[in-house]
Amino acid sequence: MSETIPETSEGGAADAVAARAEDLTKVYGQGETEVVALDRVTVAFGRGRFTAIMGPSGSGKSTLMHCMAGLDSISAGSSRIEEVELTGLDDRRLTRLRRDRIGFVFQAFNLLPTLTASENITLPLDIAGRRPDPGWVERIVTTLGLARRLGHRPGELSGGQQQRVALARALAGRPAIIFADEPTGNLDSRAGAEVLGFLRDSVRDLGQTVVMVTHDPVAASYADRVVFLADGRVAGELHEPTADRVLDRVKALDSPGTVS
Amino acid sequence: MIRTAWRNALAHKARLAMTMLAVLLGTAFVSGTLVFTGTLSGAYTRSSEKSFTDLDVQLRSATNAGGHDTRRLLDELLLRRAAALPGAQRATGTVSGFAALADRHGKLVGQGWKTRGVGYSSPGHGRPAHGSGAPGNGASVDGGPGFSMVEGRGPVAAGEVALDVKTAERTGYRVGDSVRLSVSGPVLVGKVTGLFRTDDGNVAAGGTLTLFDTATAQRLFAAPGHYNQIDLTAAPGTTPERLKREAAKLVPHGVEAVTAAELTDEQADENTTSFRQLAQVLLGCAGIALFVGVFLIVNTFTMLIDRRTRELALLRAVGATRGQVVRAVLAEAGLVGLVAGAAGLACGVGVAAVVRAVLSAAGANLPDGPLVVGAAPVAAAPALGVGVTVLAAWAPARRAAKIPPVAALSAVHAPPGARSLAVRNTVGAVLAAIGAVLAAAASAIPGGRIALGLGAVLLMVGVLVLTPLLSRPVIAAAGPALRRFGTAGRLAGQNAVRDPRRTAATASALTIGLALVACLSVIGASANRTVKELAASNWRADYQITMANDGPLTAGTEAALRRLGEVTATSPRREVPAQVKGAEPTVVGFRASDIDRLLDMHFAEGSFAPGNTAVVDRKTADSNGWKLGDTIQVTWPDGFRSSLKLTGIYVNRLDGGVKTDISVMDPHLNRVTDNQIMVKTEGGPSERAEAALRRTLGDSPAIKVENKDEVVGGITGTVGLVLNVLYGMLVLAVVIAVLGVVNTLAMSVHERAREIGLLRAVGLDRAEVRRMIRLEAVAISLLGGVLGVLLGAFLGWALGELVASLGFDSWTLVLPWGRLVLVVGAAALVGVTAAVWPARRAARLDILAAIRTE
Repeated sequence: MSETIPETSEGGAADAVAARAEDLTKVYGQGETEVVALDRVTVAFGRGRFTAIMGPSGSGKSTLMHCMAGLDSISAGSSRIEEVELTGLDDRRLTRLRRDRIGFVFQAFNLLPTLTASENITLPLDIAGRRPDPGWVERIVTTLGLARRLGHRPGELSGGQQQRVALARALAGRPAIIFADEPTGNLDSRAGAEVLGFLRDSVRDLGQTVVMVTHDPVAASYADRVVFLADGRVAGELHEPTADRVLDRVKALDSPGTVS
Repeated sequence: MIRTAWRNALAHKARLAMTMLAVLLGTAFVSGTLVFTGTLSGAYTRSSEKSFTDLDVQLRSATNAGGHDTRRLLDELLLRRAAALPGAQRATGTVSGFAALADRHGKLVGQGWKTRGVGYSSPGHGRPAHGSGAPGNGASVDGGPGFSMVEGRGPVAAGEVALDVKTAERTGYRVGDSVRLSVSGPVLVGKVTGLFRTDDGNVAAGGTLTLFDTATAQRLFAAPGHYNQIDLTAAPGTTPERLKREAAKLVPHGVEAVTAAELTDEQADENTTSFRQLAQVLLGCAGIALFVGVFLIVNTFTMLIDRRTRELALLRAVGATRGQVVRAVLAEAGLVGLVAGAAGLACGVGVAAVVRAVLSAAGANLPDGPLVVGAAPVAAAPALGVGVTVLAAWAPARRAAKIPPVAALSAVHAPPGARSLAVRNTVGAVLAAIGAVLAAAASAIPGGRIALGLGAVLLMVGVLVLTPLLSRPVIAAAGPALRRFGTAGRLAGQNAVRDPRRTAATASALTIGLALVACLSVIGASANRTVKELAASNWRADYQITMANDGPLTAGTEAALRRLGEVTATSPRREVPAQVKGAEPTVVGFRASDIDRLLDMHFAEGSFAPGNTAVVDRKTADSNGWKLGDTIQVTWPDGFRSSLKLTGIYVNRLDGGVKTDISVMDPHLNRVTDNQIMVKTEGGPSERAEAALRRTLGDSPAIKVENKDEVVGGITGTVGLVLNVLYGMLVLAVVIAVLGVVNTLAMSVHERAREIGLLRAVGLDRAEVRRMIRLEAVAISLLGGVLGVLLGAFLGWALGELVASLGFDSWTLVLPWGRLVLVVGAAALVGVTAAVWPARRAARLDILAAIRTE
């Protein structure tokens, strides 16, 4: 498990874990208005693997991502990024963890409109005061086909290009894990397929760990593994998914009676 | 539409808070000023009314006697004849004037100009009996208007005085004590024979009142057997008007009869006028503050409309006309202005009451009276509030009307922000250029004051219009400094120029206030340097002697000083109202034999010469074509004429006009007094010499003996005081500018919530977010500060040039770098202060709420 893995491992060993949640519980509100968004969720994301989290809306999939990525607080249980336990970290340490160890790709509004594509890509490194590795950044930029867009501002880029810049930013700092929240939600199917292809390539070719929240079975089919969530609990998983198999499981989750 | 406006105003009350506050402060200042000055003016008028309750008609030296001294006509004979008028029950002659009283430590009691001495004469039918006051507690004494002895008796002989009770309480003087007094020369010593109560307005306002026996008072304040005025009381059945008509037939030319009602009106007018000047200065500052507020209001409404683009488009789509949209926005603005203005009125009344209480507590001795809330402040505050807000919302309202109905349907509703600045920049550049040229050339063209005023306004407006254009290079110049703060600094710099219009409007508010501060600083520093240099180049005297109240010194003062062994030269400065064709109607007399050792007049030709001669400044000589040896005609106050030979032409250093020897003018003066006396002592200024001078003047509390440094210090101190008062007034404008920065930052934080959320997600911590907002505020404020200082320094220079061109040719421009840098530093501080709350809000933003997709 995670203790046995050297920190610098990039090999993508399937048994190593990049992030793990144990009995992770998230409760919103108090008393009458209390809502349990996550109910003792235990899940691990393998290093160098592309994992999709699926579930109907309200299933807690976004909340799980937020909690595991240090964007939201945890009510009970534990959550780790590599060896770092998130519970008990103060805001400053959490921020530093996100900056240095986690990459983000959101559905929309990923980029700062005042910065060029290039500046957006190196933003977390700039914040940290770290010098980007030029060879690495160039490789990412070339792979994502952004070489000729680096001087452009987000307003001058298409939606697909913007998401690719966001992905480049997430990759630039070689984070332990990238969390992608519906990264293709605002894209047409062609641009979406492109971005998903790049996500998968970043796992296969660069050894990156990616966790993607989505409600789209086609998007999920790009992943190595799909974790299903329903009513704040893990409701099964699927390895080497296809869009059809994912769709079947989703239908099963949606239909009444299967809710646990 | 009104209901929509009301709902909108309520819905956006948080967004409108800063607008409300800005309008409230401005209108509170206006109404506070009006209430405060109205109250004081009313109170002073009431207290002066009291002074006229014991008389119906007053005979006095006519106010327009053509420069002739007619006080000599108010004599014993006239008093007797006035008393004999059929309509007169009683006639009282009074003599009064400045009389300074020293406390037990030799210090002047009360403020200099409110200390008065009065001749104590009992009434009678023309017989000025001396001090027939019956001793006794509270017994009313026929001792002239409104004096009732409470202890002792009135003064009856030279060397006796009576004091008012308030002064006695303040100083601890009692009947039997010896007190030192000064009227217009060496000190007098008087024995207190009694204390009296009075409702004299000056005493109520913190002055002192000293009674002398009539003969002494006449000697001190008029001439033996003469009065300053004669007060008549009407016999039963006679109206004041009838008595006035009777008296008018009696009095010689040069003396007039006025009724008590007329006197009261005059006094009220005088009070109103003096308070109107105070009010004008205060209202000017309030106007600047409100003008500064306009920028804030424009920003707020522009932002509200941008945010409501869809909603307004929907209104248009369902059938609202453009006019209705404009009216809806303006109605909202009007409501905001009305509420803020009404609140401003309430605050203003409160502030006026508090200020009066504070001043009274600080010992300002203001007269009592109810708070006067006139119609003017009640109407002005809400009207100004509505006016300013509606006017400021006009342009945003027009923009709102231009939103096409289709904007309601399109998914992307980009606010119509990216308009070209080309027209704006052209207009701004033209205005600024014209303004700068006018201001710079003002000293070279006739009517320079108007040119400078117009130029200053045009330049100011031009720069304000150009500020969006200027914002990029100015803030880019701060780039290297900002980048030292890392990513937060870099982002702050970029954010500051994202909406150049908004940034410019925010900074402009600060530009206005700080430009005025910088301009005043330049003027003040230049004035101080100029005074010092003038003193250095003109002054040869060791000491200058003046009255503490700037009143006249008796001729005997100089004579006493001349007798002193240490004194080597003296000259009075005797200003006399006299007509000279082609020159100022004032002739100044010096002791021609000594003046060269006391004053360097910078003669261009000739010099002072004894005899019937005069000297004049070059400008006056040139404009009249006078040359050395020419004869000029002077008409003296007594009506006589002199022909004076011109023996010298001097260069005007601050003090021009016709000057002559005192021996030429003295025969034509009823009473010889000096405005100041210059003294040269053996071996220059020394403590010993100063002590000797003071001793000769009887250590009088009312006479100032100052050396050169003290005179210069007095003038620069006055300049400094005036500047500080003006700076104080401008604080309000700066406070409103701070509110503007807060407003803009709050808007920016609100609008950029998602950006801030994203930054937080990818690793900017709270402290860095706060720093980012703070630096943005500093960048905007520095933009305003730098532009303001540059503008202010330029205007200060132009104003100085104009002053120099108007004959003040020794004006020296001084740029007070330290103070100007301080102003820029203050701008940065404004930014830091204004950012406190918005930065905290930004740092507390919920990351998830910020990045959540709809």
